[in-house]
Formats: sequence, structure tokens, C-alpha cells
Amino acid sequence: MDADLYAYITRYSNKFQGMNKIVEKEQLNDIVVKLVIDAPRIAKKRKAGHFVILKINDKGERIPLTIADADPEKGTITLVIQKVGVTSHKLFLMDKGDYIDDVVGPLGHATEISRVGTVLCAGGGVGIAPLLPIARAFKEAGNRVITVLAARNKDLIILEDEMRACSDEIIIMTDDGSYGKQGLVTHGMEEVLQREKVNLAVTIGPAIMMKFASLTTKKYNVPTIASLNTIMVDGTGMCGACRVTVDGKTKFVCVNGPEFDAHKIDYDEMIMRLGAYQEQERKDYGEFLQKLGN
Amino acid sequence: MENIQDTLKSERQQAWREELRKSMKAKERTSIDRVKMLEQEPHVRNRNHDEVNLGLSEEMAVKEAQRCLDCVEPTCITGCPVGINIPKFIKRIEQGEFLESAKVLKETNALPAVCGRVCPQEVQCEASCFYVQKLKKDPVAIGYLERFAADYERNSGNISIPEVEEKNGIKVAVIGSGPAGLAVAGDMIKWGYDVTVFEALHEIGGVLKYGIPEFRLPNEIVDVEIENLKQMGVEFRTNFIVGTTASVDELKEEGYEAFFVGSGAGLPKFMNVPGENFRRIFSSNEYLTRVNLMHAADPNYDTPVFSGKNVAVIGGGNTAMDSVRTSKRLGADRSMIIYRRSLEEMPARVEEVKHAQEEEVEFMNLNSPVQYFADENGNVNKVRVQKMKLGEPDSSGRRRPIPVEGSEYEVEVDTVVVAIGVSPNPLIPASMPELDITDWGTIKVDKDSMHSSVEGIFAGGDIVRGGATVILAMGDGRKAARGMHEYLKEKVGKK
Repeated sequence: MDADLYAYITRYSNKFQGMNKIVEKEQLNDIVVKLVIDAPRIAKKRKAGHFVILKINDKGERIPLTIADADPEKGTITLVIQKVGVTSHKLFLMDKGDYIDDVVGPLGHATEISRVGTVLCAGGGVGIAPLLPIARAFKEAGNRVITVLAARNKDLIILEDEMRACSDEIIIMTDDGSYGKQGLVTHGMEEVLQREKVNLAVTIGPAIMMKFASLTTKKYNVPTIASLNTIMVDGTGMCGACRVTVDGKTKFVCVNGPEFDAHKIDYDEMIMRLGAYQEQERKDYGEFLQKLGN
Repeated sequence: MENIQDTLKSERQQAWREELRKSMKAKERTSIDRVKMLEQEPHVRNRNHDEVNLGLSEEMAVKEAQRCLDCVEPTCITGCPVGINIPKFIKRIEQGEFLESAKVLKETNALPAVCGRVCPQEVQCEASCFYVQKLKKDPVAIGYLERFAADYERNSGNISIPEVEEKNGIKVAVIGSGPAGLAVAGDMIKWGYDVTVFEALHEIGGVLKYGIPEFRLPNEIVDVEIENLKQMGVEFRTNFIVGTTASVDELKEEGYEAFFVGSGAGLPKFMNVPGENFRRIFSSNEYLTRVNLMHAADPNYDTPVFSGKNVAVIGGGNTAMDSVRTSKRLGADRSMIIYRRSLEEMPARVEEVKHAQEEEVEFMNLNSPVQYFADENGNVNKVRVQKMKLGEPDSSGRRRPIPVEGSEYEVEVDTVVVAIGVSPNPLIPASMPELDITDWGTIKVDKDSMHSSVEGIFAGGDIVRGGATVILAMGDGRKAARGMHEYLKEKVGKK
């Protein structure tokens, strides 16, 4: 082919590559939204446990989000987002048909799935979304799956039907008792751990929740996996923003994780690091909400 | 390399070169003092992100070009990792043919505007200059002249795009869009290959964009160079991590016949000193990526950065200089370098150290951090430092720093940047267990062809060398392109 013609064609394709269209949007409750996004290559390679880094537009931040589901045939991935700050709120407000500039993945190590016997899955709040594919995978591998879902109130329990479909038993805990049983995730977990042998536990949710879930399973010597969600910038192992201490050594959540042995994580340090931009974030979010007219 | 020697000789004998040499006596040339680069005032520039060096005027450039003696044996070229035809480009400047000068540069160097700014000329071409070697005088300002010619061409709007041969239909994949990858892309596209550059980040340029600050290398300049490659037909795919988004084997199935791995040394090193995980202690990669790539200092951009009033940067290389000078620009009262060796032994480019000193960076040499302390929120507020003295040379030839017992003292800090070096990014080696790597995680390659232990996979730049320079990465890229070209000629020839 003539070189100039080739260059012309490539310039055209350079211009349109890389934008990811939102093909579906569903609001799961007041603060959580599910977005299905065009990302054929990621959809093809994705396994349970993987995450992506996403950037809405040229002024946006890069943020990590676990891939809650994927459809390799349709070429789409599903993200579940809770609005807690500027970027997540912007995503919450986006519509079907909008484009996200940058989505990269699949990142991190996939969950190691095997047949161990009985698996206890404990998910808190928006952590239920990344827990779903893992619970599914363990169920498909022939395990008995017992799921404990926890949130502040009934509205914040998400994906209940999907979780029920891949669990042998499901226990729902709400802080205020508006749904299921009143109590914390650890109460639900204790109920299970006291009555039967559990071979493996998986916990995903706010850092403080994972800390106490981990302390709970430790009492019963149940090997436990926690999936961490720290601050990230590049997500490819380059910057160290996501570093945590596991078993006394520094690990990067983006390339060594996101899952680690829950009993070896220094949660207090992780919680401390998670708050690094809290003041700035609160201020920025406040200004953002004002602009929205809330 | 007999061909090159002959070419240089015959070029030197061309009429225009002879005329120039005759136009001024050697004694007149050597009596000219080396040009002084125009710079922003230190107290102005340490609060803005504009380029520190303002560039030479045309008169200044021509005068400096006159200093070059057009040596019979140009030792300067041997000092250049990519072998730029230095006398030729300088003599074009003397002649007033600035666009021609830029063309000469582009014959060997894909990114002349970059190299003119960031190369450590003082240990490369300028160190080999006749002036230094024989006359014990300041060398010809080869770096400033390279920058001049490249900038002139860019600003003229008459950017020369090298000719591209007829397409041969062979697809090659370049992994990483930093200087090594861009150099490979620049050569392979010229030789008629279909080139796709895969980049993990959302922007092209690698360390040129995320690592080197605006005040040293404006991103706009990098973009012009990238645009040239796009004009020639190079395809760029951002947000694409080879090894996870698609494996090398999958790309082979999609028709790629050879691969260049230029994924860089994007893995930060920490000292593992107690308290290093407190808040506001960053790796230099994180700090610089937030500021340079994500524009965190600009309130219009969403990414935050914290950079306080008392900033300590640990390290003595270019990245440490970049970090500490950035902190000054972000409003620090005290911007400190804490480095375990002496000032003279700092590996940073001489000009960067000089600029940093002028910008009131404090140099705490022969010091090393031993512990960090924080307030009740976990924000770092103090570093305990220990003094060092220099002992016997270690394996690198530099004198080893030895801690002085009982010399610890504390310094108030609110931000720390750890800039002690980088390691090879592990993603590609992890995704290809059959690839031979060293204990440090660098990819082993044949030193001439840059071919790795896996057929069809070449590598160069920091992923092979550990953290090094832009020009060395580009040199590797050009070598690898030649290696790939030879390999593909044979491979496709057999088909």
C-alpha cells in the first residue's frame, strides 16, 4: 500500500480509538448506579477479582473500580459505583449513550478459585458488587457458598437477587434492622462460623468492615481473602500510592493484589492512608454539589 | 563502522563545509567564549512551571556554531549514544541553514527537541569535544545548539517529515510509548512496516510526559514529536496493557510479527525505613505523575496532590531534582534534598543541580533518613536523619556512605518524596515466564540486536537497563529497530 494512503487511514483510526460508550444504566438505589460499558477487549479477558482504572474526561481523575460482571460476547463490562465524591458522583450522573474517555484493564490478579468445601462470602455496602462474581465463581467450582450481606439499611442492600441465585444460603444484616436481621456483618458471620465448618472466607467492603470481618474469621482459623480498594493513580504498579503492609512487607494493591490474606493486612495503616485526601475531597465535593444546585 | 567514517570524511570535504572552515581562522573560533543560555530569573521561575531555559537567539546560535572546529576526527560523535552527525548539524547552523540543521538531526535522532533539553551532554558529546579533550576549555554547547535547531524547525511550521518507504504489510508491535518505543516506531515506520504502539497510560510519551516536569520539558514539545510519528502513519493505542488487555500470543494471532518491549522502569523503590507509609510520603513517580501527567497543581483538574511548606526529597538524581524543584513551585518555604553522598557525587545532570541551587533548594548532603514521624492523623511531620561519611569506593566506583554513629537529628517536614531510583515494571516479565530476566527484573537481551531470549521479542530502555536516561533508551530503540528489521527480513524471506 502507498505510504501516504496508509498514514492517512491510520490518522483517522487514531482519532476514534479508545472511547468507551455507556450502553446501559440502572440505578440500584439512591446512591448506587450500575453502568454497562463497551470494552470488548477487557470483557474478553476479565475474570472474577479483576478491576479497571477509569478516567471520565481530560480533566478527570483516574480511579479504580472492580469489574462486577462482563459479557464477552456483547463486549461489555459492568461497573457498580457508589457516589461518595466528585468523580463517582459524575459517573452517577452520566447517561446511557455517554462516553468515558479512558478505561484500562483488566488489572490486578484474578481470584484464585478452587473447590475447598464451604466458602463464606461477606459483603458490605457497595462491596457486594465485587463480591458477586467471586461468589458465583466459587459456586460454579462446586463449593457450598454461604453469603452474608450487610449495609446500613434496606435501601443499601444491592444485588440481593443475583447473590441469592449463586448462594446456598444468604443472611442479610442491616444496622437499623429495616431488612433481614439487625446487626453487623460480623454477627451474621459468627452465626455461620459457630454452627458449621467453613473452609474459606472472602470479605469485601469498607476497610473497617473488612478489618472486623477478618478478626472474626481469625478466631476460627478460617483462611480469609480480603479484596482491597486503596487510593490509586496509575494502577499499573508505577507509583506506590496503593501500598499496604501485608505480613510486615510493603505490597502494591494494584499489581500484587487486589486480594491478600486478610489476617496479615495492617488495616489501621490502610485506613490511615485511605484518608490522605479526605479534607481536600470533602471541600471539592462540597463545591461540586453547590454547583449542581443540591 | 567503516562506511560511517567514509561518509563523514566525504561530507566534510563538500564545498559548503570547506567554505565555512575557510571563512574563519581556528584561532578566532577558539577565542570565542562559550555561549550562556538565557534563563528565567531564579526567584521568578521557582514559582512558575514555564521552561527555565529560554533558548538561544539566532545570533547566539550562529556564534556558538562558529566555535566548532569541524574536526577531522569528530570525537563528539563517539560521545553520543545515538551517533548524531554533530559537526554537520552545527555547521548548518553556522551557515544560517537552520531547517537543514534540523533535518540532519532527524536523520539520527527521532526526538531532537527532547534530547537537546534533557541529555546529560556534560558526560556525553560535550565531554568528548576537542575543546575539553585537548584545549581544556568549555566545550561547544552542542546541547543548546540541538535544542535551537529543533525549536526553530518546530516554530517555523516547516517540520520535515522523513520519507516513508513503500508499505511492506508486516505488522510490528511496540509496547510502551516512552523514548525507547518512540525511537523504534520512528525507524520502523520509515522502513515501511505497519507500526502499532501500545501504551498502558491514557497519554503517550511515558516518562517524557509523567516524569520530566514542564519547566524542563514542556509536554507540548513531546506532543509535536508524537504528532510527526502519527503523520507518518504510526498507530497509537492508549489504555492498552500488553500482558493483560491482550497477551503477546494474542497479538501474534492478530498478525504482529515482532515485538519491542519498552515498558520502562516504572516500579518505585522505597527505603523500608520505619514510618515510610505515613501520609504525605510519596514515591517520586507518584508525586511527579500527579503533577505532570494529571495536572494536580491546576485547580481545573480533579486529581489532588499534597505538597507542603517543608518538603524533603530523598535522592540525588535527576528525578530528585525534578521533585524538589517542583515542590518549590508548588509553594514550599523549604525544599530540601537529603542525599547520602556528597554534592559532587550526585548523579543528576550538572545543569539541574545548578538550577536547583539558584532556586534556593537546600542541599543536605551526607545525610540519610532513618525514621519518619507523624501527627495523630498519620500526616508526616518529622524525619530523623543520620549523617554520613564517605568510606571506600563500592562496586560502582563511588565512595560508599557510612553512617556516623550518634549523629541523628530531626528535621520538620510536611511532605517527603522518595526519589532513590526505580526498578523495571514487572507486568510484562510476569506475563511471559519464558522471558529471561535478571535478578533485578530487567530483561536480558543481546547487546547488538536487542533480541531477548524469546524469538521475535526485542527490548530496550529502562526495562533492560534499570532507571537510566532518555537518550540511552532511544539508542536502544534504534538498535532494536535494526535488529528487528534484520530478523524480519530473514523471517519473512523464508515464508
